[in-house]
Amino acid sequence: MNAKLPAGLLVTALLITGCAGTGQDAAPAAPKVGLITKTETNPFFVKMREGAQRAAQAGGLELMSAAGKFDGDNAAQITAIENMVAAGVKGILITPSDTRAIVPAIKKARDAGVLVIALDTPTEPQEATDALLATDNFKAGELIGRYAKAALAGRPARIATLDLAPGITVGQLRHDGFLKGFGVQEGDPSVVCSQDTRGDQAKGQTAMENCLQKDPGVNLVYTINEPAALGAYTALKAKGREKDVLIVSVDGGCAGVRAVQAGQIAATSQQYPLKMAEDGVKAVAAFAKNGQKAAGYTDTGVTLVTDRPVSGVEAEDAAFGLANCWG
Amino acid sequence: MSEPVLQARGLVKRYGHVTALDGADFDLMPGEVLAVIGDNGAGKTSLIKALTGALQPDAGEIRLDGRPVRFRDPLDARRHGIETVYQDLAIAASLDIAANMFLGRELRRPGVLGKVFRMLDKKRMRAESARHMAELGIVLRSLTQPVESLSGGQRQGVAVARAVAWARHVVVMDEPTAALGVKESAQVLDLIRQVRDRGTPVVLISHNMPHVVEIADRVHVQRLGRRVAELNPREHSMAEVVAIMTGALRMTGGRTVVADEEAAKAIGLS
Amino acid sequence: MAALEASLPRRLAGAPIAGPLAALLLACLFFGLNSGQFFTGPNFSLIIQQVMVVGTLAIGQTLIILTAGIDLACGAIMAFGGIVMTRLAVDSGLPPLLALAAGLAVCAAFGLVNGLLVTRIALPPFIVTLGMLNVVFALTHIYSQERTVTGLPATLTFLGQTFRLGQTNVTYGSLLTILLFLLFAYLLGSTAWGRHVYALGNNPEVARLSGIRTGRLTVGVYTLAGLVYGVAALLLVSRTGVGDPQAGQTDNLDSITAVVLGGTSLFGGRGLVLGTLIGALIVGVFRNGLQLMGVPSIYQTLITGVLVILAVAVDQLSRRRTR
Repeated sequence: MNAKLPAGLLVTALLITGCAGTGQDAAPAAPKVGLITKTETNPFFVKMREGAQRAAQAGGLELMSAAGKFDGDNAAQITAIENMVAAGVKGILITPSDTRAIVPAIKKARDAGVLVIALDTPTEPQEATDALLATDNFKAGELIGRYAKAALAGRPARIATLDLAPGITVGQLRHDGFLKGFGVQEGDPSVVCSQDTRGDQAKGQTAMENCLQKDPGVNLVYTINEPAALGAYTALKAKGREKDVLIVSVDGGCAGVRAVQAGQIAATSQQYPLKMAEDGVKAVAAFAKNGQKAAGYTDTGVTLVTDRPVSGVEAEDAAFGLANCWG
Repeated sequence: MSEPVLQARGLVKRYGHVTALDGADFDLMPGEVLAVIGDNGAGKTSLIKALTGALQPDAGEIRLDGRPVRFRDPLDARRHGIETVYQDLAIAASLDIAANMFLGRELRRPGVLGKVFRMLDKKRMRAESARHMAELGIVLRSLTQPVESLSGGQRQGVAVARAVAWARHVVVMDEPTAALGVKESAQVLDLIRQVRDRGTPVVLISHNMPHVVEIADRVHVQRLGRRVAELNPREHSMAEVVAIMTGALRMTGGRTVVADEEAAKAIGLS
Repeated sequence: MAALEASLPRRLAGAPIAGPLAALLLACLFFGLNSGQFFTGPNFSLIIQQVMVVGTLAIGQTLIILTAGIDLACGAIMAFGGIVMTRLAVDSGLPPLLALAAGLAVCAAFGLVNGLLVTRIALPPFIVTLGMLNVVFALTHIYSQERTVTGLPATLTFLGQTFRLGQTNVTYGSLLTILLFLLFAYLLGSTAWGRHVYALGNNPEVARLSGIRTGRLTVGVYTLAGLVYGVAALLLVSRTGVGDPQAGQTDNLDSITAVVLGGTSLFGGRGLVLGTLIGALIVGVFRNGLQLMGVPSIYQTLITGVLVILAVAVDQLSRRRTR
């Protein structure tokens, strides 16, 4: 008697009973909308999914969601697009992990009559999607650049930039925006240290430690996001430097805004993932109803959040930031 | 007396400071079962490995049918008709019996299928395996069962059958009964006898003195990297043989001489 | 029952694929009942298309696991091969076929290096390929300059094209993947080389003493696996239409998952490459089916994890029982 056959049956039976509960029993007629994020676990995307879910319920749509296993997981996003098209979605909202590599798959989906809207991150070229709903990341960087320039009040700057990772557009835009806002060129001698952090707190801490080794005189730290900023703060604190070094960041996650309130981060540019997802789902609902396709770029807004405002740079306080934060 | 089938003179093998073989001699006569015995570390395994190509001696000479030979590896020794059944290392557990019989010497299909597509002739290998098994009186339910589903004795049977099937000159067996029960051991000893009766000489390495006495025509005693005695097990008591093995007795001119009084007394010879 | 089973060729390696096959069929049945779009030709074509890259990687992984090794670098080697092919064709202006050949050769060369390190210096495969994973990952990013390569010549994306089979569009890549599986099923099951691979995985000393040149065989297996990763690179490039330096980062573990779900033992010497195909399909079917049902992808990861543990547990238990 073969022992494996019944065992195999058992495995499958277990799985079936296990996952049957998680299936969603939607009304068969509800049009579907797909949301594909870079990763499943990042609070930014969790918030985005929350917004999409809320808007889908309000608009009578069924939401399908998927994500890559890591930031940059293009293959998983392609697979998700294919599966969603096969499931008959009306529209797909996507934050592309690889802005160029995803384009052929998006084209196939659009050829199949699906409305594709990029959220947060534009594809390359941007016209590869029907529409884009995103933060102006360059502007987000520019805001904290201008803020930092004013806050230093003429003191000579020694800047460390804790960046995202090479080749990822969002990181590049924020970095470039920051330099423009601060009023220096790429390669300026005042930028004494640049390290990749992948937006990760532990990596941000390591990067900051290394930057302090390289140049103990660092007095301004640009960070790609708030986890990296908090990592930098920990490293500075270990050296007793947390008071005299200015940290600026981008994102406006709730943990980040609380760090602003606590004075750990001087200022951050807040963005609004919930709004991106809500607007995206609404656009798909409209398309499902009357075939009207959303088009072009819509800026979902960015606000400078700080409790230490400087003159000449418009900002909201941390209380505002907390009321509108994500994660 | 006829010429030895397999002969060695002055084999030396050193591993750093350790000398495994220290000028060892060896003679295997046609049609005999020769038992090689010795204490642990006496160099039995090294001797056998040297004779079967699994290690290359630093010095000394090996002759097969009187001609000097040098084995680069086990495959080389096998090409010369020396087949070895290694203790615990005889068979690939997940392969079936026929696959094990032909492991390393697979038969291919005739014609294009074999030449171009390298296709195995499973049918012929099964048939020939079955024939060999039957000749040796080994009864198995199916040749397509993986050998890991066989009992220890059956597995050893497969290993022996494989060696016998391919051996043109010599079959060497390293501790073939070590892991077996009484009944299974008896089957294997029976197999060894059959092999000898078909005219193939057998070298048997064993720790089991009763088995040695039961089956061996002659005994080669290995001690401290050398052959210290060649004797007929029916002319000497088991205690005597053990005494030679441990160095309590010494052979000189066909007679035993007490070499170590204390040791001889301790094992009841005096 | 026993006699019938023994007559089946799949008994060869003592790892029947009945269990994985039953799991796959039941999963299909379940998703078919729960989603109207599941049981369609185009959807099955899609699933095969989605598993072809990891599936092909898993062929190489199967070879190496059968020798009681493991390859953590397979995804990285594939990503590098993909970048080599596309950059040589697009940036260096090499004829596409030459660029393709160079990509395959580079992948095979990495396999060769792995094999030599495993045999000549006797390093554990886990360590060798862990090191190689990092080396190749870095090389990929250095050579690609972090850029995704676009604008590929048609030769490199040909396998992404489709042909019609009845009502269904099937990619040439899917077809190639299936053919590769059949080829390796033949090589492992019906040639002396295949038997030697199994024997090597069972016990390298037994294999050596049986006259198999185990060093050469091992190096050959790793090199061949590398070449297969090169084919996976071509499949990846043709599927995505770009050369992507970020590709394949979890594919080493995904390919091991497929091998294990297919009933192949991580201890070597037991398993079938067709089991690996089934393993890869199980992952693909669950991913697709759950997606069609609207289950978020994090649950797909969860279920894949549970499946792997169950598959190995079932394997262990059934083996204990047959003892």
